[in-house]
Amino acid sequence: MALAQTKITATQERLNALRLSQSGWSASARADAHGRVIAMGLPVRRDEYWKYTRPDELTSPNVINAEVSAEDNTSIFGSLDCLSIVFEDGIFNAEKSDKLEDAEITLELLSEVNDLDIHWATGLYGVLETKGQAPVDRPLAALNTAFAREGLLMHVKGTVAKPISLIYLQNSDNDDVMLHHIIKMDKGASVTILESGPVGARCNIVMEAEIEDGASLNHVRAQGRNHERRATTHLFARLNKKSQLKSFTLTMNGALTRNEAFIEICGDDSVAHIAGASVGDGAFHHDDTVFIIHDALRGESRQVFKKVLRNGATGVFQGKILVKPDAQKTDGYQISQSLLLDDDSQFLAKPELEIYADDVVCSHGSTSGAIDEEAIFYLNSRGIPKVEATNLLTLAFLAEALSEVEDEDIAEVMERRLEDWLTRRL
Amino acid sequence: MLEIKNLKVSLEEEDKQILNGVDLTVNAGKVHAIMGPNGSGKSTLSYVLSGRDGYEVTDGSAHLLGEDILDMEPEERAAAGLFLAFQYPVEIPGVGNMTFLRTAVNGQRKARGQEEMSAADFLKQVRAKAKSLKIDADMLKRPVNVGFSGGEKKRNEILQMAMLEPKMCILDETDSGLDVDAMKLVAEGVNALRDEGRAFLVITHYQRLLDHIKPDLVHIMADGRIVKTGGPELALEVENNGYADILAEVM
Ligand SMILES: Nc1ncnc2c1ncn2[C@@H]1O[C@H](COP(=O)(O)OP(=O)(O)O)[C@@H](O)[C@H]1O
Ligand SMILES: [Mg+2]
Repeated sequence: MALAQTKITATQERLNALRLSQSGWSASARADAHGRVIAMGLPVRRDEYWKYTRPDELTSPNVINAEVSAEDNTSIFGSLDCLSIVFEDGIFNAEKSDKLEDAEITLELLSEVNDLDIHWATGLYGVLETKGQAPVDRPLAALNTAFAREGLLMHVKGTVAKPISLIYLQNSDNDDVMLHHIIKMDKGASVTILESGPVGARCNIVMEAEIEDGASLNHVRAQGRNHERRATTHLFARLNKKSQLKSFTLTMNGALTRNEAFIEICGDDSVAHIAGASVGDGAFHHDDTVFIIHDALRGESRQVFKKVLRNGATGVFQGKILVKPDAQKTDGYQISQSLLLDDDSQFLAKPELEIYADDVVCSHGSTSGAIDEEAIFYLNSRGIPKVEATNLLTLAFLAEALSEVEDEDIAEVMERRLEDWLTRRL
Repeated sequence: MLEIKNLKVSLEEEDKQILNGVDLTVNAGKVHAIMGPNGSGKSTLSYVLSGRDGYEVTDGSAHLLGEDILDMEPEERAAAGLFLAFQYPVEIPGVGNMTFLRTAVNGQRKARGQEEMSAADFLKQVRAKAKSLKIDADMLKRPVNVGFSGGEKKRNEILQMAMLEPKMCILDETDSGLDVDAMKLVAEGVNALRDEGRAFLVITHYQRLLDHIKPDLVHIMADGRIVKTGGPELALEVENNGYADILAEVM
């Protein structure tokens, strides 16, 4: 199908502002991705997949300024015992980082190895992203594959004791940051990857994770609190036999956030949980777009998304479970809920199930509601003031999503951050 | 303790008057019972006193320990010493019973300018009081009233009352839906709190509860006002003959 001229023009304008790296092992993957971007065109508002979210600010050659916020420029996970890897405006900062050394994991920087002729990531870089382009186009991910200069290439060989904490600091008001991470999980390996920090005025982050048999990837991220930042992220994961992926995202503030996940369960008896809690106030637009494919026996997937919206904030959820004909005994669960703290805020949800196997259990639900006034009165009548009562009920609403975070220390840090957010705002 | 004068209340949404001039004075150390047919306005009175939205006071006044409470927020009334055991306790998914109790206790202390109760003291108190009401550890951990049986909800109300140590306790049909044993527990819970500085207003349909919680005075409410007041024998009369005779006599 021919692309609309406006789309071609917009795509060309954006591409003109970027330079494609021609050297090293990733060159052909980058060239292919560049080709995909041209063929698909960057998203425009009329695209079905972008019905609820305006992509303009994510695609335009110009970045809208987001003033650096000192408050946001620290890691929420700073108090935990982690191996920290710091990026500033998308550039690795060795001084602020811990040494990239652990016997169970190899960590390399894309910027440092990009010009090598041979690298283990060759069969992975852009590969899951390419697979994720069907049945729905994800041109911003292809754009990232083509042009990202920095990222971590992680080869996990065993059980990594400490979480790997990627910290994204922001120093300039108008940086446009692209990061592309690769995670290769060997059989039986396990690791926790944390992401946090403001990143930049605009960011486009892709993570591709190949999870071998029996491996377990735990991913927790806390997105930047800068009110002006714009972010698009993609998590591509492929699960082999008896493997596990848990991914949780906490989002507070941000003008525009689009988090996509494309998860393929290819090996039997595997588990994928994708969850998120987001809270937004005013000019806040937050979009979770999740696509989970079951293509193996006895797979379990869960999507749990909770959004608290106030002062005209907008929440979006597009979630799909696709069960292929042979994926018998699939257990799929999806819930998306919003708590609207006023009449100006809105939640737009498109939950979808597409099931071709007959012996499966799949359920989905989506709700949008106001705070329960009966419960508020009950709490008030016990001496709990309105603000505190509202906070209690709001945290209670988010609890199901937060409970997806298994590590108690990590969950606690995030719960406290949410409490702070609520206390400051209500 | 509680002084209600000519209280007239309408619904905010509809132009319907529900309380048609309630007069009632409860002194410290006393237990008053209110009985009356369904729909006579007993719950409305308890809600209006505790500050629920949706009602408009068109006339009259209500004072607690000399303070006009009708302009206070519900949490201010609670801090001032008012407590309502709800006829229908509210379920609050996601908020643990303990968290709820601690937030309430400390919320009131803060409002009164007192120090927070230490975590250890709080735990000790909750455990002891829960035990005497046969509330187990599991019920304390579970979300407030979620999945509780009718009787458990009512016992949970009494536990809150015991922890908050209010001055003026209003119990709205706390006995309905309880079996004999549960009712005894509730009555014991109430009796344990009876003292010179505290008063109770017990709304009930049944003499049964009043066998265990001996009232000083019994009021009959009908059509939004107190139509008759008497001693404990008035409750017996209701139990034996229903309301028809009394209403015929006063109306
Ligand atoms: N929120 C309300 N909306 C409509 N009618 C109400 C409301 N609250 C109370 N009423 C009416 O007021 C009257 C008194 O009710 P209530 O106080 O619950 O009586 P009681 O507790 O004595 O049974 C009833 O006729 C009831 O239908
Ligand atoms: Mg009633």
